[in-house]
Amino acid sequence: MTTKKILLHSFLLITGLLTLLPFIWMISASFMADGHASVYPPRFIPDSFTTMQYESLFSRLNVARNLFNSLFVSILVTGVSLFINSMAGYAFAKYRFRGRNKIFNLLLSSMIIPSQVTMLPLFLMLKYMGLINTYLAILIPGMANIFGIFLIRQYALSIPDSIIESARIDGAGDFQIYSRIILPLLKPILVTLTIFTFMGTWNDFLWPLISLTDSNMYTLPVALSSLMREHAKDPELMMAGSVITIVPVLIVFLVLQKHYIKGIMLGSVKG
Amino acid sequence: MAFEEITSKKYTAGLNNKLMENRTPEAKNTRKAPGRTFSFKLPAAYFFLAPALLTIFVFFFIPVAAAFIISFTDFDIYALSSFSNLRFIALKNYVRIFGEPLFWKALENTFYFVIGAGPISIAVSLGAAMLLNSKLVRLKGLFRLFYFIPVVTTLVAVAVVWRFIYHPRFGILNYLLAFLGVNPIDWLGDPNWAMPAIILMAVWKNFGYNMIIFIAGLQSIPEYLYEAAMLEGAGWWPKFKSITLPMLAPTTVFVGIITMIGYFQLFAEPYVMTQGGPLNRTLSIVQYMYEEGFRWWNMGYSAALAFVLFLIIFAATLIQLKLQKETE
Repeated sequence: MTTKKILLHSFLLITGLLTLLPFIWMISASFMADGHASVYPPRFIPDSFTTMQYESLFSRLNVARNLFNSLFVSILVTGVSLFINSMAGYAFAKYRFRGRNKIFNLLLSSMIIPSQVTMLPLFLMLKYMGLINTYLAILIPGMANIFGIFLIRQYALSIPDSIIESARIDGAGDFQIYSRIILPLLKPILVTLTIFTFMGTWNDFLWPLISLTDSNMYTLPVALSSLMREHAKDPELMMAGSVITIVPVLIVFLVLQKHYIKGIMLGSVKG
Repeated sequence: MAFEEITSKKYTAGLNNKLMENRTPEAKNTRKAPGRTFSFKLPAAYFFLAPALLTIFVFFFIPVAAAFIISFTDFDIYALSSFSNLRFIALKNYVRIFGEPLFWKALENTFYFVIGAGPISIAVSLGAAMLLNSKLVRLKGLFRLFYFIPVVTTLVAVAVVWRFIYHPRFGILNYLLAFLGVNPIDWLGDPNWAMPAIILMAVWKNFGYNMIIFIAGLQSIPEYLYEAAMLEGAGWWPKFKSITLPMLAPTTVFVGIITMIGYFQLFAEPYVMTQGGPLNRTLSIVQYMYEEGFRWWNMGYSAALAFVLFLIIFAATLIQLKLQKETE
């Protein structure tokens, strides 16, 4: 039994480290001077530690601006979409109105349509509205999210009607009930959605690539991919750029891990 | 009429069931009658829904319809400057798609990726889930975290990292493979290895996600099934084959469908690592669509491509659901 245990744990440890090896090498190479990562055998610890790659990213290549763009649009989309989705999810769960189920089912079934289908017309619409290459180009398509509405509705269904009714008897208006009573009760699912939306927006690539045309407006993934075209021979610089892109989402994930895992489970329940 | 102002079922049910039962059809038209707080319910629902539904309608449903219409036109860079250059060309875009060798190449590559990476991803996810679900394992949370980290990291950034991992001379993959006696492989430069390289990276990046779903699926299998099998002296393989796999079937179908839908939309990996090369061997449908639409501004043709992709995903989903029903 014990040998089995040791074998099992060694296997898990080795495969776990192999899974993390790309990140270990990435971090190590990002602290190397030019050319020091292009050696055989590869180094997993910098031979001479330097932050020159980060310095040139921030001073010469203006990555600070891209970092700001990514942070700003991710926070903006998360805030706005959480507000809009939570109102809609609550309404689908707790109000009865004509066509409720029909609308909800229509929304759910339209989730099968891949986002690539909408990208061309969306680009044209935003172009005629003069919004291409602005933060609004990222915000607008992300403002409402069917999956988010679905998750909030499922969660809100479990809120007892009696809470809402007693607030109503106390004279609370509809919006007051939503903001003072429902939102606090929805907190667990809102935290889950926050991390999903933030990370989804941060990691998104195709739409920002299409809708942001000026390097000053690029989010980090778009900036990184365009940097790659010019610096394909500079692994150290590119690794520093990758670290800057990955670390913020990684921190968000590590802090809110539990909620993220829970969100995956909630998402898979519908299947 | 006053009854109608009370629309909340629970409340009225508690007060007086009869009031609700006595609702007449005529009363339904007076919902907006002013009065007590309750009467605001109907407008309130619309107030709560309006921002979401308007956004989804204007920026999702209208674009879907518009894409459909555009796919029957020759929308290109000239139409972009003036709509008078726009012509209805019926099915010509679709006809062109099926006569275009590059489309077939992209289709072949995309299927190669889906059929290659899909089952491998799912098998690795299931394997990892079963290992982590073993009662012998300590520090489960830590190992789970190790396997899960690639999932949350930015795809473009890891594609950049892997581009260097695949470097034929200095990459760590060839370095590790050298220990097993494997000669250096030009992963991204060799037309035969480029797609397997992208598949390997995709499996590494994604298996942690399905692993989480499988762990939950495994935990929902009742323990007594395994105990009964153990009493009968069943070994590891029979237990896996006749308990684990059948009990996990619904989870596997779900995981299979979401994985497949995601993989059909392959884009960032080849865009960053190979730009679709070498010899277009990693060009995916989405990249082909992107290049046609946003590089050459053949927007009518590109919209038609988007619909072809949609139909492929739709058909593949139906097939998987059907297979699931047949095996039940």
